[in-house]
Amino acid sequence: MPAGRLALLLIAVLLAGCGSEVGGAVDETPRRAAGAPVFGDTLVEASIGDIGGLIPNITSDSASHEIGSHVYSGLVTRDKDLNIVPEIAESWEFSRDCLNLTFRLKPNVKWHDGTPFTADDVVFTYRAMLHPKTPTAYREDFKAVATIEAVDPRTVKITYERPYAKALQSWGTWMLPRHLLERHVEEGRLREAPQNRVAPVGTGPYRFKEWRTGEKVVLTANRDFYDPGPYISRIVYRVIPSQATIFLELKSKGVDTATLTALQFKRQTEYPAFRKAYQKFRYPSNGYTYLGFNLKDPRFADKRVRQAFAHAVDKRQIIEGVRLGLAREATGPYKPGTWVHNPNVRTYAYDPEKARQLLAEAGWKERNAEGILVKDGQPFSFTLMTNQGNDERKKVAEIVQASLREIGVDVEIKVMEWASFIKEWVKKRRFEAIVLGWGIGLDPDQYEIWHSSKTGPDQLNHISYANPEIDELLEQGRRSCHQEERKKHYDRIQEILAEEQPIVFLYFPDALPAVARRVHGIVESPNGLRHNFTEWYVPSDLQRYTSG
Amino acid sequence: MLWYALRRLILAVPLLLGITFVSFVVIHLAPGDPVDYQAGGELSGEAGAEAKQRLRKEFGLDQPLHVQYWRWLVRIVRLDFGRSFAPDGRPVLDKIGERLPITLALNVVELAIILLIAIPVGVLSATRQYSRFDKVTTVFVFVGFATPDFWLALLLMILFGVQLGWLPISGLRDINWEYLPAWRQHWDFVSHLIMPIVVATFGGLAGFSRYMRQSMLEVIRQDYVQSARAKGLAERVVIGKHALRNALLPIVTILGLSLPGLIGGSVIVEWTFAIPGMGQLMVQSVFMRDYPVIMGNLVIVATLTLVANLVADLSYGLVDPRIRLAGRRGRR
Repeated sequence: MPAGRLALLLIAVLLAGCGSEVGGAVDETPRRAAGAPVFGDTLVEASIGDIGGLIPNITSDSASHEIGSHVYSGLVTRDKDLNIVPEIAESWEFSRDCLNLTFRLKPNVKWHDGTPFTADDVVFTYRAMLHPKTPTAYREDFKAVATIEAVDPRTVKITYERPYAKALQSWGTWMLPRHLLERHVEEGRLREAPQNRVAPVGTGPYRFKEWRTGEKVVLTANRDFYDPGPYISRIVYRVIPSQATIFLELKSKGVDTATLTALQFKRQTEYPAFRKAYQKFRYPSNGYTYLGFNLKDPRFADKRVRQAFAHAVDKRQIIEGVRLGLAREATGPYKPGTWVHNPNVRTYAYDPEKARQLLAEAGWKERNAEGILVKDGQPFSFTLMTNQGNDERKKVAEIVQASLREIGVDVEIKVMEWASFIKEWVKKRRFEAIVLGWGIGLDPDQYEIWHSSKTGPDQLNHISYANPEIDELLEQGRRSCHQEERKKHYDRIQEILAEEQPIVFLYFPDALPAVARRVHGIVESPNGLRHNFTEWYVPSDLQRYTSG
Repeated sequence: MLWYALRRLILAVPLLLGITFVSFVVIHLAPGDPVDYQAGGELSGEAGAEAKQRLRKEFGLDQPLHVQYWRWLVRIVRLDFGRSFAPDGRPVLDKIGERLPITLALNVVELAIILLIAIPVGVLSATRQYSRFDKVTTVFVFVGFATPDFWLALLLMILFGVQLGWLPISGLRDINWEYLPAWRQHWDFVSHLIMPIVVATFGGLAGFSRYMRQSMLEVIRQDYVQSARAKGLAERVVIGKHALRNALLPIVTILGLSLPGLIGGSVIVEWTFAIPGMGQLMVQSVFMRDYPVIMGNLVIVATLTLVANLVADLSYGLVDPRIRLAGRRGRR
């Protein structure tokens, strides 16, 4: 190839990154759809990892759980406000003392192979989860069950020995077919069952069509579903490990939906062609980032020091800088907008003067030549650790470092590979301070994180927090199944945590999904977008793919 | 020669043993074990400690290291590669077997293209040393070598995928591939592989073309080339027949040594282009500490490397009469 043309090609390729987007294939005109939902079209999703199997109860990767929730269903589920609502169950009765739970099942629930769903399947799922040879990570909730009985094909009676807060929620787990899996469970060979490899049978809104390992999973709508819908006739999950590639596929309409990073959401998806083709959503995700202290360190054992740090760090600045504003401030371990969140707790406004005052009260008054606070001859200096591979946490650490320098505290940042970080430093309690995050479940119980008994090396209370009042409240919170009662305990927990600041709660990042504009029926909520997936549809004139 | 080959083959066995043992130990040195990754990750409170213990026992991880190695060895000798530790628990050979063909196909095509371009480029650069052609191609191949694969991949994706829409961005096939007519299926497959091959080839050109150029430069300085010219042979024959044959010898060696690399996919290219090949499988297995898959792959690669080394040495002897004859003379 002549040098000249070669050079031109090179330049063209290099400049490709700077050009403006023309838009990929078809450009749809967004129209307000009137009228009822219509059946048809395909939704193409991207998944970072391949699924581990087709029975989600025995896998732990998020891809198989997401797909599993289309193929299987539980007795209950959660609606857009995170309330527990019927799914396979039509109704239930939970006794006042939280010990007797009776489910009445819907009459028309069928497995994908046509067999009717009965109470026996519920009992079987329970036994399968507790069977010692079943490789599941999710049996803890079922251990609390005392007895379970299929009273008649549509009624299940469950009793508990003690009130268990997560009882009702635990029956939202994926129900498994007794007539197909009983033998496999007894032999302990559930993983090798064809239902885990090639032919899963569930009760969910979508049937399994195909799994090409490493490439895609295809689901088709279950026309015999017991509830109205689903309307989208096919879902294709494409396995695409690279986030950057997923974004490019989104831009060229190779996928219909993807989660965006803060930068992509704010700056890279504002051009006309993208806005025409996609709708963007924003809701607080189920996790928060925090600055944690090793409370066994005498410096951090003093509450005033932690409160001083909370005043010294400007949370607004962190949210603007790290998330471009796309996050909510965290005042405690619960998401704002949920029933358990307590808005009336002590907050820490950005106030470096107050911070210095608090530190002075704690004995940090004198400064050395570099301006670092000194007490008993020791300068206030510590190492802040976080894990590699998370750009946001690194930026948070840097902002914290700068903010603390202002009030005379010297911070050194150390970034480490995840596995070694957790195994060598966090689990062995060898850290001074960390920037990490917690994922929070849908139930407010956080016993494992805050209870003083959970400070062992493999347990989650790695800051070594011990407060007897909190312990008591955590135990009481677990022991009731009534929301109003539990709320009192969790409100008080949030008050105490806000006062004590065992960690400085920073922010709940927003989840930032984009979905093709042709999909109607989406309702954004604290429970995300997927709670009413069976109501999503594409009007006929906007449908892009014919179903196969 | 036969003796030599036989001796090498016999020596390969203890060598293989040593390789697998050292690798086994090194892999287990990494912190964390497969159970931690499986049961929801180390920071998930959901998995009970006893669930983890049960899994550890099932995988044999509670045994001391040499016992684990011995058990693994006994099975491998019977060609039983065991089952993966991943939640799907599929046989290792199945997992490798479904990824190997695509990686192999990609690598073979890539190697063929590299050779097709690098050899002529190397020859021409040598015969026209310091000419404009030489300088431009030198810059070109080194730019290719220095360019990070994923960066080039993303640029090509943006240009040909997003802006021009000529080529698909990632994956192996269209999502509706099964419903396409046969000829469209073929073209679809090819169009998905064009960009990954271009990216992979661009980086690989430098090595072979420079070796070729260097080797050719040495050869054309030789006396016999001058005598060939003096005999009145056409330049084309002098270079293309006499010089080239000798200059290709180092290339043959390198080719032999690159054979094991054929089954190791380029992780970056596979990752970025979402191609389900060996590279992805290996990286995932390492992150998940999926020891059976890692060791299975290792055995295959180690065996291939030893065989390829042997083949390269033997073929060197075949191709270069000096080595063949020197051996024979030595024994007299």
